[in-house]
Amino acid sequence: MEALSVPAALELVAGCGAGLSPERRAALGTSLPLLQRDYRFERVWFWGCIQGVRGSYYIAEGLGPDRAAPRSRLYSLNCVDWSLLTPATKEMLALAEQVKGRFQGDPSFEYSLAEINAEAAASLIGSGKEPVMKEEARLIATIEQIDREVGVVPRGAFVKTPLGSVHENRHFEGLSSVEAKKLSSYFHFADPVNLKNKTLLEKADLDPSTDFLDSLEHDIPRGSWSIQLEKGGTVVVLRSLLWLGLTFYHVPMTKQFGYVYFGTGEKNLDLPFML
Amino acid sequence: HGPYQPHEPGYGLDQPGYNPYEDEIPDPQARMLAIKNAKAYLLKTSTKSGLNLYDHFANILTKILDEQPTNTVDIIENISKDVKWAQFRKKMDTLRDEPLIPPTFEAAEKYKALFVKQGGEEEQEGVEEEMGQPALPNVMEAAFYFEQAGIGLNKDESYYIFLALKNLIRVQPIQTCRFWGKILGLEMNYIIAEVQLREGEQEEETGEEGEGTTAEGEKETGEAGEQDEEKEAGPPKSTYKPPPPIPKEPNGTGTNKYVYFVCNEPGKPWVKLPPVTPAQIVCARKIKKFFTGWLDAPVVSFPPFPGNEANYLRAQIARISAGTHVSPTGFYQFGDEEEEEEEGGADTCEENPEFEPPPVAEMVESLSTWAHHVKGILKQGRCVWINPVQKSEENEEEDDEEEEEEEGEEQQEERGPPLLTLISEDEGMKDIPAWTTQASTNLIPEYSVAILKSNRWPGAYAFASGGKFENIYFGWGHKYSPESYTPELPPPAEAEFPSGPEITETADPTVEEEMAFKIAQEEALAEAEEEEDEEGEDD
Repeated sequence: MEALSVPAALELVAGCGAGLSPERRAALGTSLPLLQRDYRFERVWFWGCIQGVRGSYYIAEGLGPDRAAPRSRLYSLNCVDWSLLTPATKEMLALAEQVKGRFQGDPSFEYSLAEINAEAAASLIGSGKEPVMKEEARLIATIEQIDREVGVVPRGAFVKTPLGSVHENRHFEGLSSVEAKKLSSYFHFADPVNLKNKTLLEKADLDPSTDFLDSLEHDIPRGSWSIQLEKGGTVVVLRSLLWLGLTFYHVPMTKQFGYVYFGTGEKNLDLPFML
Repeated sequence: HGPYQPHEPGYGLDQPGYNPYEDEIPDPQARMLAIKNAKAYLLKTSTKSGLNLYDHFANILTKILDEQPTNTVDIIENISKDVKWAQFRKKMDTLRDEPLIPPTFEAAEKYKALFVKQGGEEEQEGVEEEMGQPALPNVMEAAFYFEQAGIGLNKDESYYIFLALKNLIRVQPIQTCRFWGKILGLEMNYIIAEVQLREGEQEEETGEEGEGTTAEGEKETGEAGEQDEEKEAGPPKSTYKPPPPIPKEPNGTGTNKYVYFVCNEPGKPWVKLPPVTPAQIVCARKIKKFFTGWLDAPVVSFPPFPGNEANYLRAQIARISAGTHVSPTGFYQFGDEEEEEEEGGADTCEENPEFEPPPVAEMVESLSTWAHHVKGILKQGRCVWINPVQKSEENEEEDDEEEEEEEGEEQQEERGPPLLTLISEDEGMKDIPAWTTQASTNLIPEYSVAILKSNRWPGAYAFASGGKFENIYFGWGHKYSPESYTPELPPPAEAEFPSGPEITETADPTVEEEMAFKIAQEEALAEAEEEEDEEGEDD
């Protein structure tokens, strides 16, 4: 969610019971603008909070002029002091899938890979590193995965210029109430995977400036999004069932939208049994 | 184009005063004419769309001057497209849509109904004088404390729930009431109130009678089956008797100590959840399903859940309450009559009037300052163990020393932890402790609140500050397990009748064997005849 709209947005997302204490909210209000100044981001998004056993990580993302470029991520333990995270690598992503269980809340905690995956441990030892995975790396990989798999934006909110860069659409006035209830009006804000597989007929209907991302309609498994109208139908809230805790909100016919994650940072692999 | 060079014919004729036709039509305002021509050109209607460029430019400029966007030159094409688009819409609209009444207005009506003060104020005052404690909980106060930890719904929703609870109290005969929490579902969510009805007001559930009749019915069919066997030599009847169903605990004790009311949204009518049976709890432990938000939805699972979503919801609520409802140690104490020798120990506890709350720092540091005040649920699905097979009057309390496990015959008595166990004795999973404590703020310790978060049931929270404490649940209603969920395997196939010599088939003799047998028989016959002949000849 946009840094400036955090207070209002938190009210809209509070239906799942998670939120921020007044202390953290106040701290965010002061530290996020400072982040924007120091790192010269064009936009700062408050991404959410991953709750570990002993402490929580608060995550913020900074975006440059091209909104679809890889984002810089920062984490903090108290919403006041922020540290930059390195971009995610494929190795990190592969290792993080093996590590299961809660986050500990301590960024320097090390997961011993020997117990989890002997092969990965052996390969790491072979390349001269220790067979451990740091919690920080797991954090980076988890955030990247969540953004890629369940980061959501409404259709038409972003436009792609012919040069390839992506901007906010200043003419976006919100989805209508009818459109807002359909899953096809929401897109994954990540590199599209399924667009090329569409038939030519479907592609003919698409508008290349706004329909350049994958929609949520064809997500596997079907039903992995719960779409609800809250507050008497004024807010559309999408909750992901694959990553429990990811909540996306949008007020139809207005420009307000955003997503935030409040959860334990674990993928819900039991989803097919639970539907 | 026009003649530019002085030697070209017609050069200079466009200057005023040099026009060849000047003496015929004096027109000093050639420029005005040019302008008129240009305007006429712009006003030409397009054959395709019926628009003309002049009006289109006028609209664009009007829009730009009205809205005054920044960097207009960069988005001019978009603005032009938008203006055209708006034109089209108006033209093609011969049918007007009925103004859609969005559901927001209906919902707003419902919420407004909550705010209307209901009549019967005199009744309310009378009732309050009788009872010492007000039945309505202070939801906003609890919400404030939880908000210090970042837990809770937004203030509007909390207030609606507050008003909805007040309506509930007015309608039902309630002694104590508490906001239990919110469980999220796929299409709708559940708001749950934990309630104790006034004594004597509890209705007899028809479910109990139903259970009684089914038990009798089973006995009847069993007897009938035996009689049939004696009469006819039909196929052997199955001697399988399913284990008798474990009776549910009576209302007001154990898992059914509280009655729960749910609604999907504050403002909608409250629905009472049926009491929970041990079979439902046992099955709920084995399945993991999302709630849809409809109470009558079926729960499709393996093992098949005995009930619909309302029963599943009630079972999960019972499990969450038993696992995560805690209070500061010493807040509750056992009554004067200590009945330790009864099965399961004391069932009720009452508030300790001399309770002195420990300081918040201590509550955060050590888990022994918190205790469960709800009885844990045994494996059987009840809080108090019961032996389903009513045998002789053996004293079954002494059986829990047995270490053998005999399937089906005798069941071990289960003893759970006694009522006011400290939560420091809760087992963690692998290396994750069962509870996480936190102070709400490190910056202002004198006003911080001690917060407990459960790791076994993510979403269950408790706070304590001064003498006040409260438990609440916000979540999807499932237990946390570090391993992935594996559904129960189907039961092993039944064993076949043991194969012995009396039922093994013998192989049919082959043709050669038959011929050989026949030959041997004939030879034996022939020998016998020869012997007879010899004997006959001797005579």
